[in-house]
Amino acid sequence: MRLGAGTFAACCVAIEVLGVAIFLRGFFPAPVRSSSTTEHRAESPAPEPSAGASSNWTKLPPPLFGKVVIMLIDALRDDFVFGSKGVKFMPYVTYLVERGASHSFVAEAKPPTVTMPRIKALMTGSIPGFVDVIRNLNSPVLLEDNVLRQAKAAGKRVIFYGDETWVKLFPKHFVEYDGTTSFFVSDYTEVDNNVTRHLEKVLKREDWDLLILHYLGLDHIGHLSGPNSPLIGQKLSEMDGVLMKIHMALLSKEKEALLPSLLVLCGDHGMSETGSHGASSTEEVNTALVLISSAFERKPVGDRRHPKRVQQTDLAATLAIGLGLPIPRNNVGRLLFPVVEGKPVREQLRFLHLNTVQLSKLLQGNVPLYEKDPGFEQFKMSERLHGNWIKRYLEENSSEVLLNLGSKVLRQYLDALQTLSLSLSRQVVQYDMYSMAVGATLVLEVLALLLLSIPKALSPAAELDVPLSSPLFSLLFYLTILVLSAIHVVVCTSTESTCYFCSMPWLAAGGAMLLMSALLCAIVSALTKTVVSAKRVGKNPAPPSVRWSELDLLILLGTMGHILSLGASSFIEEEHQTWYFLVSTLCLALCQEVCRNHFLGSDGDPQCGLREEPGPEGAMLTMQDGAEGCAALEEDRTRAAASAFERLGSMEQRMVLASPWAVLCCCRLLRALNQTGVQGAHRPDLGHWLTSSDHKAALSVLAALSLLAVFLLVQRRCSPMSKVALALGLLGVYCYRAAIGNVMSPWQRGNNDISKGIVEARFVYVFVFGILFTGTKDLLRSQVAAIAIKARTVGLWEIYSGLVLLAALLLRPHNLPVLVSSLLVQTLMAKFVWKPLNHGVAEVTVMHYWFGQAFFYFQGNSNNIATVDVSAGFVGLERYVEVPAVFLTAFATYVGPVLWASHLVNYLSSESSSHSALRHACFCYALICSIPVSAYIILVTSLRYHLFIWSVFSPKLLYEGMHLFVTAAICVFFTAMDQTRLTKP
Amino acid sequence: MNVPRFPGRLLWEQLRGAFSPAVIPVDLSQIATEENTMKDTDIRRLLYAHLLCIFSVILSTFIPSLFLEDFSVLETHLTWLCICSVSVTAVNLVFYLVVKPNPPSRRSSLSHKVGRFLKCCIYFLMSCFCFHVIFVLYGAPLIELALETFLFAVILSTFTTVPCLCLLGPNIKAWLRVFSRNGVTSIWENSLQITTISSFVGSWLGAFPIPLDWERPWQVWPISCTLGATFGYVAGLAVSPLWIYWNRKQLTYKNN
Repeated sequence: MRLGAGTFAACCVAIEVLGVAIFLRGFFPAPVRSSSTTEHRAESPAPEPSAGASSNWTKLPPPLFGKVVIMLIDALRDDFVFGSKGVKFMPYVTYLVERGASHSFVAEAKPPTVTMPRIKALMTGSIPGFVDVIRNLNSPVLLEDNVLRQAKAAGKRVIFYGDETWVKLFPKHFVEYDGTTSFFVSDYTEVDNNVTRHLEKVLKREDWDLLILHYLGLDHIGHLSGPNSPLIGQKLSEMDGVLMKIHMALLSKEKEALLPSLLVLCGDHGMSETGSHGASSTEEVNTALVLISSAFERKPVGDRRHPKRVQQTDLAATLAIGLGLPIPRNNVGRLLFPVVEGKPVREQLRFLHLNTVQLSKLLQGNVPLYEKDPGFEQFKMSERLHGNWIKRYLEENSSEVLLNLGSKVLRQYLDALQTLSLSLSRQVVQYDMYSMAVGATLVLEVLALLLLSIPKALSPAAELDVPLSSPLFSLLFYLTILVLSAIHVVVCTSTESTCYFCSMPWLAAGGAMLLMSALLCAIVSALTKTVVSAKRVGKNPAPPSVRWSELDLLILLGTMGHILSLGASSFIEEEHQTWYFLVSTLCLALCQEVCRNHFLGSDGDPQCGLREEPGPEGAMLTMQDGAEGCAALEEDRTRAAASAFERLGSMEQRMVLASPWAVLCCCRLLRALNQTGVQGAHRPDLGHWLTSSDHKAALSVLAALSLLAVFLLVQRRCSPMSKVALALGLLGVYCYRAAIGNVMSPWQRGNNDISKGIVEARFVYVFVFGILFTGTKDLLRSQVAAIAIKARTVGLWEIYSGLVLLAALLLRPHNLPVLVSSLLVQTLMAKFVWKPLNHGVAEVTVMHYWFGQAFFYFQGNSNNIATVDVSAGFVGLERYVEVPAVFLTAFATYVGPVLWASHLVNYLSSESSSHSALRHACFCYALICSIPVSAYIILVTSLRYHLFIWSVFSPKLLYEGMHLFVTAAICVFFTAMDQTRLTKP
Repeated sequence: MNVPRFPGRLLWEQLRGAFSPAVIPVDLSQIATEENTMKDTDIRRLLYAHLLCIFSVILSTFIPSLFLEDFSVLETHLTWLCICSVSVTAVNLVFYLVVKPNPPSRRSSLSHKVGRFLKCCIYFLMSCFCFHVIFVLYGAPLIELALETFLFAVILSTFTTVPCLCLLGPNIKAWLRVFSRNGVTSIWENSLQITTISSFVGSWLGAFPIPLDWERPWQVWPISCTLGATFGYVAGLAVSPLWIYWNRKQLTYKNN
């Protein structure tokens, strides 16, 4: 099958999108959620089950503990308490663990072992997935149901001292708090003193129910000097002292209180042998958990059992029950049974029942076939037994029988809990490596195919032979399918965790496997073809070598450098710097090229004359550079450029010389508009200055001027109709901004009420659709009418201007200058740089891509989800409607790349004489976009246990996926434009 | 006896063939002999000159600590920049006066010399300002750290403009010729090309570590860039004689 390079590239990108989607699904497993996450209405607690006889216990059981103190020590590994270090440095805790009234556990944290997700796990009992972060659009507030929310709702007073993260997660939950920042890792004394200094007073007071202390010092020491540093011992002794103080105070208080108090000592994550954390090694995962209360039985002397292994999430359920609160909705943990062991059997059963009901509800919401789940069956069974027990209890049978039966029910419940908790937590804990591998393979295969087809696709014909029929009959194809399906069966039957690719219907999975093997065959055939042709060429005496200009070299190095930079988290955080740097360098390189053409081309310089002489010396000169033929080709281009140069008037020549500098200045100004990234985000910038209410007048003037400039820059190639529409539309944009109160309105002085601007925005939408419609109509007409070329150009430009109008509506007013400069730079570059210098299609495409990326960041975007401007999704909508909101937000975010790509179509179809220019451009665009994505997928897979995987790498992965999706849309647009040209008579 | 050829050797030869410039088929041995001797002496002079420059850069980092208290390249960076710039300029000037690599111009009246010198100074200042503007366009802060940015411009001018001025004089045409492709007419110009380009590339690469969060003292603007420029310059100085020596057979200059 013969395909145009453009169509081929579009297909490739589409397959790549599919691959990335599968990869993303594997990388971000769906979290376990109860179906009613958003509403937090108070559900009535599950009543006690009873067979026949009615039980009157329908309310929540009363709290077990009066006061609860949670002492969280960051990075408290299990052996710091239970190991030799604990014995040496924490004598009081060791005493409590061995002799005192306490229960000790080794709590296992799930990766990523980083503080914030771990706090969430401790308080919600769920295992936070990255998708949560996306759902909340990185709002730092914890929206899920959690112990603290329940405590607040129940009127408990919570006090917090320690790591600031808590204050961000639970902003209004504390009656009193003091956050310390964990920013200065080198400080390990002040951070803890800041917490301890409050203790003296707080422990004397009576006005609190829950006290949370988060000590950071130990973690900081770990980061500084590792777990074997002598500082660790000192810190542990200090913590031991603090714990003793708290315990003593609690004990002295307890005498007058009704209920005993509970002291919890725990860690959020462990510490690896190098002192860091984030991954899933045993040292990082195992944390100490000690519950101390006088309600517990004192242990007999010499009873030195090894602490039981439990999950970190179990603490949430235990705390909820201990405080007499409902268990958080999304909790997957189970009650730490030893805590309630001293209670009467009926209460014990009640607690277990509450926990099991909550878990089984969660299971119902997440697993479609929950009735067949062994945990659920066990739960039903134990509920029945429980009911029977209650019946007998109420009938007051003999206590011996009751006790035996009770312990049986207990065991049944504990088993059910364990099974339920396991099957729930299994769903989120692991990366779904199989889906990830499938997705990555698809993406890499497509990339390989694209790379192999470069020579064919960039040939003048721009057509490719895609062998589709031959692989269908080749042995390799069938073998691969066989192997893949064998792997599929083996993986899906043996795997313990749920796997997205396995849960796909067989037909879809089979299709993906078919695609994979077909791609493999295509790659192999392309590879053999390349090798054969290389051999054939190798026999010829003069292999053509490609002569790279400085610009090509820069483009190549820049692309490679960008890909390499994706491996470092700081470079991802500061990716805008990479693009600004590259674009600046690009401008300088263009400037150099312009200068060379100007000064050497117009001088009629001796060098040119020399090169034409075929003397030995001239030959030697060219020898230095490579084959003569190619040099000649290069010379031709340079000379053509130079001669094109001379044809320009002196004014234009000056413009040509100045335009790279003008572009540079533009870029520098835009840089100052929006500070983005992590290091620079707090710096003052023009954008903040403009949006502050004091400078509304300035913003209004700027917005008005920008809209005017947009009109002037865009209107020149539109048809009269759309000119009017554009003008009215831009006026509408200003009205909209005035209506929602961003800018001052010149005609409604006194009126200060702020509406949602629905009417104005819809007014603009009408014009956007009108312009787009006219453009499409022109394009369609160009296929039938004789005045094809002209109508086509106008049509394309109208589509472009429609997009510009939409962008003007969606971008915030202080970002309108970005739009203007984007248009300005496009005009300057097209008119004075690319056209006079005769740049090749590939070069122009890559430059468009680079500028598109730079403008993405100029607009204030970054690789952090928080910078996505969600307000764009509500422009002209009464309330949140998913499809248009998502589309508008995506468009507003990717305005830069989209506008530059559509400008590329315009430029190539109006300026380039070659008929295959669009196809080349489409191919290059697809290639240049898919290289970073593929590289990044591999990087992320290998860095999946990196400390910053959730905070830095994952958001970037989502951005890359979205960018690829946008690229696919662009490529389809390219191909469509190319097709209209093909069918032209 | 037939010794089988070691396959790696073949590969090695191919590689060498690929990397070394194409071999010239013309027999140049006769012209070459006398030219070669001249060239060899030139290369030697070039090497000594460059060693001197490298030495001056190294000395500028060590000598001042004898006279100035708590001097270090990183902490008192601006002082070091000034000292390094002055010493490199001095070495270049001395070298230019002593060796005179390019033939002296015919008109050598005092007024002409002074005029020429003044012109050189103006060119130097202009290049400093030009570089400063370019750094700001690249993203250097406009108002704060202006002195640092300017001194970076000065040191980069020292590494690039000063040798150009010494060698080519205030003659833009000649500069453009040297820095366009195939425009080199002597070993000196060739080495000039290499050192200048390597200084630029060094300072360009020096900007890379700035966004990294290592929080090292040398990541502060403009220290990494100045260090990059210096390393680039020194590398260019070290490499260019070797490169020229390596390729001396292939290099022929039309005016020699």
